[in-house]
Amino acid sequence: MNVWTIVLIASVAVLALKLVGYAVPTSLVEKPGPARISSLLTVALLSALIAVQTFVSSGHTLALDARLPALLVAAGLFALRVPFILVLVAAATTAAVIRMLT
Amino acid sequence: MPRSPDQSAAVRASLAVGLAVSAYGISFGALSVASGLDIWQTCVLSLLMFSGGSQFALIGVLATGGASAGWAAIASAVLLGTRNGLYSIRMAPILGGTWRRRLLAAHFTIDESTAVSTAQTNSGAQRTGFWWTGVLIFVGWNVMTFVGAELGNLIGDVRQYGLDAAAAAAFLGLLWPRLKSLQPVVVAVGAAVVAVVLSPGLPPGLPVLAAAIVAVAVGGFNWFARKLDVAPVEAAERAS
Repeated sequence: MNVWTIVLIASVAVLALKLVGYAVPTSLVEKPGPARISSLLTVALLSALIAVQTFVSSGHTLALDARLPALLVAAGLFALRVPFILVLVAAATTAAVIRMLT
Repeated sequence: MPRSPDQSAAVRASLAVGLAVSAYGISFGALSVASGLDIWQTCVLSLLMFSGGSQFALIGVLATGGASAGWAAIASAVLLGTRNGLYSIRMAPILGGTWRRRLLAAHFTIDESTAVSTAQTNSGAQRTGFWWTGVLIFVGWNVMTFVGAELGNLIGDVRQYGLDAAAAAAFLGLLWPRLKSLQPVVVAVGAAVVAVVLSPGLPPGLPVLAAAIVAVAVGGFNWFARKLDVAPVEAAERAS
């Protein structure tokens, strides 16, 4: 599969999900089950992506490197309610400095 | 059109959220080209998919697995996009209107437009908040994606500047406000462990999808449904 195919299939599918929501009856939201699972699905995927991007190197091997301290700095700053964009800059800077020094 | 004080407050909220989120489009653009997409593929994602979490998920999986991880990349983006469908269900009665307007609204239905809208107290301000935030972020996000993609091409190795770490931090920023009770915290920890443990053995992209099972299990059976702040009190009562 080439990258253009991946980009277009994924984009149309994500857009379709938004459209579907405007077509289904509102009463579906009142059911707690689907809403709870969908909300937890977001949590699980975000957390799994963070973990893979922090601990996995080149797809398969586990590694501890500059990415972990950068993530810890980000977590600390989010806990202190520092604005989003500043946290990103701090995390990137942390990783860049550690890589420069090691 | 004259604005009520409530609508002015909604516009101010839109501006604050819109400008911050747009700025972060620059890191999406730079990371996307670093993940092997070209500038046009990167810009089409922001124009057509227009959902930050799904976009980052797609390029994240492609960065580690390449085009052969295509289906896993698509599945990650789609699963993260399911929450937009729920936002649509919530927004439909607030926005009302014709089908043509709903088609347009669907494209702008994202975390931020829904959050700003539902935070307003009357229906006029809710509509104002939704449209202002949605349109503002759509324009800003797309412009900054293009700038970031050009910049990414220019600087070459984004790892040297720590931009890969910024991507994980960006996901953490989306995750953080959702960790307010025990249930999502358990799901987050469980999903992270599952994804890391499975990574050495599975093709890239699949560990992240496998982690979704944690959410389906915990959500389906409604395990760990107590509130976080109640837990220590209950534990103390049981101990005494």
